Amino acid sequence: MTTADVTAPRPATTILPRKRIRWGEQVVYGALFVAAAISVLTTVGIVLSLVLPALDFFREVSPVDFFTGTTWAPLFLDARFGVLPLVVGTLMISFYSALVAFPLGVGVAIYLSEYAAPRATAFLKPILEILAAIPTVVLGYFALTFVTPFLRNQLGVQVEIFNALAASLVLGVMLIPTIATLSEDAMAAVPRDLRDGGYALGADKLQVSMKIVVPAAVSGIIAAFVLGFSRAVGETMIVLIAAGQLAQITFDPRETIETITAFIGATGNGDVPTGSIEYKTIFAVGLTLFVMTLVMNLISIRLVRKYREVYE
Amino acid sequence: MTSLATPVSIQGDRPRRLWRNRLFTLAMLLCMLVAFGTLAVLLVDTLITGWPAISSQLLTGLPSTVPAEAGARPAILATLYLGLVVLLFSVPIGVMTAIYLEEYANRERWWNRAIEVNIQNLAAVPAIVYGILGLAFIVRGIGVGRVVLAGGLILTLVVLPTVVVSSREAIRSVPDSIRQGAFALGATKWQVVWRQVLPASIPGIATGSILALSRAVGETAPLIMVGAITYVAFNPTLFGPYTALPVQIYNWTKQPDTDFQTLAAAGAIVLLVIVLSMNAVAIFLRNRYRKQW
Repeated sequence: MTTADVTAPRPATTILPRKRIRWGEQVVYGALFVAAAISVLTTVGIVLSLVLPALDFFREVSPVDFFTGTTWAPLFLDARFGVLPLVVGTLMISFYSALVAFPLGVGVAIYLSEYAAPRATAFLKPILEILAAIPTVVLGYFALTFVTPFLRNQLGVQVEIFNALAASLVLGVMLIPTIATLSEDAMAAVPRDLRDGGYALGADKLQVSMKIVVPAAVSGIIAAFVLGFSRAVGETMIVLIAAGQLAQITFDPRETIETITAFIGATGNGDVPTGSIEYKTIFAVGLTLFVMTLVMNLISIRLVRKYREVYE
Repeated sequence: MTSLATPVSIQGDRPRRLWRNRLFTLAMLLCMLVAFGTLAVLLVDTLITGWPAISSQLLTGLPSTVPAEAGARPAILATLYLGLVVLLFSVPIGVMTAIYLEEYANRERWWNRAIEVNIQNLAAVPAIVYGILGLAFIVRGIGVGRVVLAGGLILTLVVLPTVVVSSREAIRSVPDSIRQGAFALGATKWQVVWRQVLPASIPGIATGSILALSRAVGETAPLIMVGAITYVAFNPTLFGPYTALPVQIYNWTKQPDTDFQTLAAAGAIVLLVIVLSMNAVAIFLRNRYRKQW
């Protein structure tokens, strides 16, 4: 899937002014506007559904305890609501998956954009799309039942049954298509003149790729990284299945951890009574997740716009 | 991208330069290998693990606590219903939004730019957040309950931005000369859109919609939140409780018994067949109807 240029302006079509109002046309315009407004209502709905119960939650638990506490045990009798273990778990998974996805994704993008023959691209891109289309529940199953045993038995890494490492590796591979597609879009937007200039100066393909195309596309590549990281932060099924549900502050990927999304997925499956503090916890944690991804998404959108302004 | 003729370097092919280039090419091929190799291993491993449990029992049987008697018929049926709901809602709303943004919206107006940024952001909002929205509004707030329709509507919201973005691309690729020609013949704005622009962009819209649908069918996290409950031993209805195939796979994965793990793999095969054949159709459509203006 390409998220190509939907923001760049297109020359407007002009219509001659007319006197009579065409009511049919007005009705169509209204219907189309209502459809477009649904997306705005969705955002409003998301914000309301997160903020209102979260405010309720913060009436019972102080925000300071929530954001600085280092113990997460909301379902225990002696409940503790320090969200930091979840945040650290989330960031650790995202960090390690980024270590996998960023270099591999950019490598694939450079290959597709600069090296591959058109026929190879026509063959490779659909495979990339298939990788992107694998349902995450299947990826989670794969991480738990193949990658973790493989790490233990074949590579001799002492991992827990539920561990952050297997989840990160699979999540990283899952992100490769996202990073590769967006980076390749940015590289494709680099004008051919710049490449030809490099060749004219005697540069070889490697130099043109690494010293001209990549630097020229850097804002788009960073946008891909930010969006990829945001995806990693928001991914649920892989971490829920493979990384476990043990909220702790650790940076060792071999351990069992819990992410924000895994907590929401494990707690929100219907058994929690409405109005209880556990129920409200879902929304406070969800709001934290939403804000984290929102900031990253907006940065990414801004960066993409920037490179489009420069080259298109 | 453009493939350039191999340039003749005035410095000649010095060995160091040659080797650096070879190493770099090798590194890139390695990147491809990791991505595609993992995909291949995943498909083969799932197939080998799940194959013994693929049977008519799995496709037509009801769930059971005994692995040998467990089937996924209610889950498979519910997944088809969910897909239908998503199709019915996401395509009209998505295409109408795309038409509005591409053909009608004035970009000078701040609210139109806001709608655009809003959709770009929604495309990247984690799916589970939509699940929370569903939990708060559809299931508890309005009180529709944990039914297929509610799950389908939430999945519609999850994939709506995808439909909008791909439909916009399709509409945008119709050249302006077509519109100008129709206007010159006296067509109204809507006549131009309905009779010229939309027919020309149908292949692109269909491709994007099928891809979005395949994503909805494989989505698990939001459905967990809006109550695709574990144990459904009857055929689902649009307004009844349900469990979807991905959720069923997740539930089987959670069981400690290895026989259930085999069932999970078998369920994954069924899901992969559904999702990947939809992708194949989409890719075929795109290649078949790629239009050069």
